[in-house]
Amino acid sequence: MKTFPTYLLESARTPGAHALDVYRGRGGYAALEKVLKTPIPPAQVIAEVKASGLRGRGGAGFPTGLKWSFMPDPAKDPRPRYLAVNADESEPGTCKDRVLMERDPHGLLEGALIAAYAIRAGAVYIYVRGEYRRSYARLQAAIDEARAANLAGQKILGTDFSCELHLHQGAGAYICGEETGLMESLEGKRGHPRPKPPFPAGSGLWASPTTVNNVETIHNVPFIVNRGEAWFRSMGTPASTGNFLCGISGHVERPGVYELPFGLAAREILEEVAGGVWKKRRLKAWFPGGSSTGLLPASAIDVRMDHDSIKAAGSMFGTAAMIILDEESCVVRASHVIARFYDHESCGQCSQCREGTQWLSQIFRRIEEGEGQADDVATLESLARGMAPGKTICALSDAAAIPTLAVIKHFRAEIEEHIRLKRCPFRDAATAGATAPAGVLEKGAVLR
Amino acid sequence: MALPDALVRELEALCGKYPQRRAALIPALHRCQEELGGWISPEVMEDLASFFALEPVEVFGVASFYPMFHLAPVGKHVVSVCRNISCDLRGADGILEEVCRVTRAEPHATSADGKFSVETVECQGACANAPMMDVDGTYHEDLDAGKVREILSRLA
Repeated sequence: MKTFPTYLLESARTPGAHALDVYRGRGGYAALEKVLKTPIPPAQVIAEVKASGLRGRGGAGFPTGLKWSFMPDPAKDPRPRYLAVNADESEPGTCKDRVLMERDPHGLLEGALIAAYAIRAGAVYIYVRGEYRRSYARLQAAIDEARAANLAGQKILGTDFSCELHLHQGAGAYICGEETGLMESLEGKRGHPRPKPPFPAGSGLWASPTTVNNVETIHNVPFIVNRGEAWFRSMGTPASTGNFLCGISGHVERPGVYELPFGLAAREILEEVAGGVWKKRRLKAWFPGGSSTGLLPASAIDVRMDHDSIKAAGSMFGTAAMIILDEESCVVRASHVIARFYDHESCGQCSQCREGTQWLSQIFRRIEEGEGQADDVATLESLARGMAPGKTICALSDAAAIPTLAVIKHFRAEIEEHIRLKRCPFRDAATAGATAPAGVLEKGAVLR
Repeated sequence: MALPDALVRELEALCGKYPQRRAALIPALHRCQEELGGWISPEVMEDLASFFALEPVEVFGVASFYPMFHLAPVGKHVVSVCRNISCDLRGADGILEEVCRVTRAEPHATSADGKFSVETVECQGACANAPMMDVDGTYHEDLDAGKVREILSRLA
């Protein structure tokens, strides 16, 4: 396999690098110092990040520098300004931000301080998913260290730049990873996404200009400042620059979080990086970027992992969370697990989503349990088309509809076989494993 | 106000992190759940409502939205088994079955001796180390039935 430069996980791989002295010993906070002491004007930091081509790593792949440039001119807009870091990692299959927060918390803080400087925010709120207690503890310890070292708080490093770093613990709702749901939750409310416009840069947290960035996105920023946009563009593809963290899970020999350049073939990642499909089995299907990205058949495994290539293959890059299904897996079961999740997580504001996710879950379940009806595939298809695209306040409805349409597109025959046989043809295979205690699926499905 | 004084002082400090006090409601619910018996009772919701100058139903509206808040009493230990896609593919059902067998609790219920509550949860971000469970706020990953028995047997 070809080798490639890495940077994102270097600190995370260094023992003890969550502590300030070790992080600084590795050159940590040099980028912040460079920005503040040179000083590099905020507009120039934004220009550098724009030129680097950095795209958001939270799923949408939006250009980061461009997002920052949407913040209004502070000379004309006196409202307080905020950076919200989206650390509510919860897309099924995604486990990359956790690695960064637990093992390299100062990398996140340094990036957040530079981003806050660029958008001229006086406070950063890091919204950490509630279950990530270890991430929270590591980040809190890092904030305390940074504040004691005058790297956060008032007049940072003796300059005129002041910025407070705050952590906020979420409480288990997937929808708070959606940026406007996150803001509602941070304000102490139910995590109901807000209609857009207004966009966060115009009216975000407490109706003030706000930028929301993902953890991994922010982690890239100090490297771009230190090494320059041209260095960043030397990795990856022209439209997807730099490295990304790929979490690979499911039926794979070496599941893990790997740092890879954009543009690597998915086959190379599966077979060479992650050791191939487990138990010497063959690949059946895979999700390229989390459960909301439509699954692809084994025949698509030669596609390259970058935004444009995955889109051309009919799916989405998402959070680069590759989920691998071996030849003994049942795609109906997988579809039910995923549909059940979106049913559980729908906030309930939009009827298409609230009802649609529930119906999708129930129909996939009855097909899997041998009670499918002849027109179920048609029903699934029409439901999914009624839920997306762009028919609801946020994209959760799309996130449920997309994998539904994908499984119908690639595995219609397998779904129909379930209905015809009145049972799951894979149920007795090894994948079924131990069967669930009676009633487990039903009970969970109605819990909210 | 029935909330302990030390906790009230802590909640006041939490409010100071935000330009509006209400933003501290979710962190406050976490602290109350941790300190006051593992769940959010109606009385605690009323106390928090008066602390934040909200209606009790507003506090209920928030507390009931978030799966991490328990609105009914739970056992001494809370065992949460992930059963989302990455864990499901690597045998989460078997983990749940073993957890239920060892704890003598049904899924989504508390054992008769009050020692264990077992719940199923959605993706916990431990996908590369599936299957997993969370016990009292600590992750246990790369599980098999033997590890489940060992982990749960250590709990007093």
